Amino acid sequence: MRRIISVLMENEPGALSRIVGVFSQRGYNVDSLCVSPTTDSSLSRLTIVTHGNDKIIEQITKQMNKLIDVLKVADLTEGSHVERELMLIKVSAKSDSVRSEVNRTVDIFRAQIVDVNAKNYTIQITGTSDKLDAFAQAMAEYTEVIESSRTGACGLARGDKALRL
Amino acid sequence: MMSGAAMVVRALKDSGVTHVFGYPGGAVLDIYDALYAQDDVKHVLVRHEQAAAHMADGYARSTGQTGTVLVTSGPGATNTITGIATAYMDSIPMVVLSGQVPSMHIGEDAFQECDMVGCSRPIVKHSFLVKRAVDIPMAIAKAYYIANTGRPGPVVVDLPKDIVNILEEHPYEYPTDVTMRSYNPTLKGHNKQIKKTVETLLAAKRPVLYVGGGAITSEANELVTTLAEKLNAPVTSTLMGLGAFSGVHEQFVGMLGMHGTLEANKTMHNADCIFALGARFDDRVTNNVAKFCPHATIIHVDIDPASISKTVAVHVPIVGSVDKVLQQVLAQLENKDLSSQKEKLEDWWEQINQWRSRKCLDYQTSDELIKPQEVIESVYKHTKGEAYVSSDVGQHQMFAALYYPFAKPRRWINSGGLGTMGFGLPAAMGVQMALPEAVSVVVTGDGSIQMNIQELSTCLQYNLPIKIISLNNRALGMVRQWQDMIYKGRHSNSYMDSMPDFVKLAESYGHVGIKVNHPSELDAAMERCFSLKDRLVFMDIAIDQNEHVYPMQIKFGAMDDMRLSKTERT
Repeated sequence: MRRIISVLMENEPGALSRIVGVFSQRGYNVDSLCVSPTTDSSLSRLTIVTHGNDKIIEQITKQMNKLIDVLKVADLTEGSHVERELMLIKVSAKSDSVRSEVNRTVDIFRAQIVDVNAKNYTIQITGTSDKLDAFAQAMAEYTEVIESSRTGACGLARGDKALRL
Repeated sequence: MMSGAAMVVRALKDSGVTHVFGYPGGAVLDIYDALYAQDDVKHVLVRHEQAAAHMADGYARSTGQTGTVLVTSGPGATNTITGIATAYMDSIPMVVLSGQVPSMHIGEDAFQECDMVGCSRPIVKHSFLVKRAVDIPMAIAKAYYIANTGRPGPVVVDLPKDIVNILEEHPYEYPTDVTMRSYNPTLKGHNKQIKKTVETLLAAKRPVLYVGGGAITSEANELVTTLAEKLNAPVTSTLMGLGAFSGVHEQFVGMLGMHGTLEANKTMHNADCIFALGARFDDRVTNNVAKFCPHATIIHVDIDPASISKTVAVHVPIVGSVDKVLQQVLAQLENKDLSSQKEKLEDWWEQINQWRSRKCLDYQTSDELIKPQEVIESVYKHTKGEAYVSSDVGQHQMFAALYYPFAKPRRWINSGGLGTMGFGLPAAMGVQMALPEAVSVVVTGDGSIQMNIQELSTCLQYNLPIKIISLNNRALGMVRQWQDMIYKGRHSNSYMDSMPDFVKLAESYGHVGIKVNHPSELDAAMERCFSLKDRLVFMDIAIDQNEHVYPMQIKFGAMDDMRLSKTERT
């Protein structure tokens, strides 16, 4: 089952490699990983999308918590939550018909075209990972996808719940 | 004001360090210069850095104090990796100070550069790469704090050469208090869980205490004994827990697991309540997890939440240190009437005594060949069971664990988790350094002893009167045993074709060597060995090559599915 694990940790050099190390050394899956400093610059927040049964997820959470640099760990998928991912996708847009098809799809998905040249469009889209998958698939049906880059999901729990000190 | 190098040495002193085991080299010459100028911290010069880590490990296991290692960058640091992994697997407090190339050369593939923090990352509790001299005291203080609190483990402190430069001085301030917002081990158990534990223990008709290394780490041996006696419950121990409960106590049913006693494994398998104290249900204990102890309600105390329900799902998890949790449990038992425990467990003991009557540790003696079991029994007799026994890894390790009952904790020093051959001799040296008056014995084999034999030279330098009991079967015994059992006797590379003359070898290092070939010589030779109190004695004992370690669990079976000899099974 897909899970989103959120980790609050010290913003120290090497902290990220310890997290990633636990996943590789213990054979856990990383579907995506999103990391950056928080509003408190001494802290980093990581969002890891992974999958596994309850036993594995419990072990992942415990092994994360065991790392000295880690302050808090939460499984966002345990409760209701908001998750977003950003994708930049560059597609071929050589003919009018392709351009209009791309434009229409961009509107439907509420994406934005952020760069244009004679041969292609670069589009920015945010949403759940599912939505991004669907958009990329729709693009591929009309035209050639040249390249894409995704941030991986990040998320927060809904309501009063928060991962903070 | 002092140099970075002087700060390192001073911070060691301020952290309570008495001994540093190490080997100098380019990146740590400044630190060695600072060591030269003082007497507070004694440096022990080894012959190989792996041995330095094992010595620090033996020092830590025998005393509970953190062991300290100092090595240079590159190969000096990487040579400690096996020693660090050994300490990590057995939760031993250790701090490894490694030199590093100057900060400005990190990442340039400089001479003797190696990313030590990266190399050691999967096998340390934590690590530091210190970037500024003024950070040295805090990094070292934190290293010792982390290494020896919570679930102990090794910590690496990597020190670039430029920050320990003896020519640059900085203010020194050792922290009065180390606290970390991200690190706060839970020591006391949750009250609800304690209540549940007491109820479960009192309701049990067939309880067993399953004691592991955590009981030794938290110095809970007396509490374990008190609880066991109050409950009248049988006690078994893991390889790591031996000595936490006396091996000669009538309630002790022996070590459990792959080479555990029949009665220990039977007791576990048939128990209706297992109280696990600082043990981690590893594969060498459980055998097939799917068949593990089907009737038992399992209570598991561990300071590391990640150890709970990792391999075996438990019914009452308690995060906390064994000593604190046992104090809580005993406090609750104060108001309970335990007078019926004796009667309540009468049937259980009758059953256990029946398993005991099988005498699974009996072995066939011979007039011509020395049996490894009788060697261990002889060591026990001549040391009156009071020795610190360090072991290498293999058949001799299991014989020592089974035939030398430990009455006290911290007397059995062995690489249980990683199974590191070459551990025994340096570990015994660490023990002897920490406890000069103790009788420090190594039980080893002809394979293991050759993995760190160069340390005989260190023993001479520091006058360490260790007694090396080498069970020489001219083969890698445990490998050979598995080849006999599983590979139809095809002894692929498990024999040693060109054994050195160990007596001459010991003598060439300035020690005493004694060769024992015949059972009739054993007692007198052992007598002589232990009478030479201020000399290192190397006992090269030719034992029966074909002896196997029994009992032994049968793969894929339950805990109590065992071979009892070459021909008998349960």
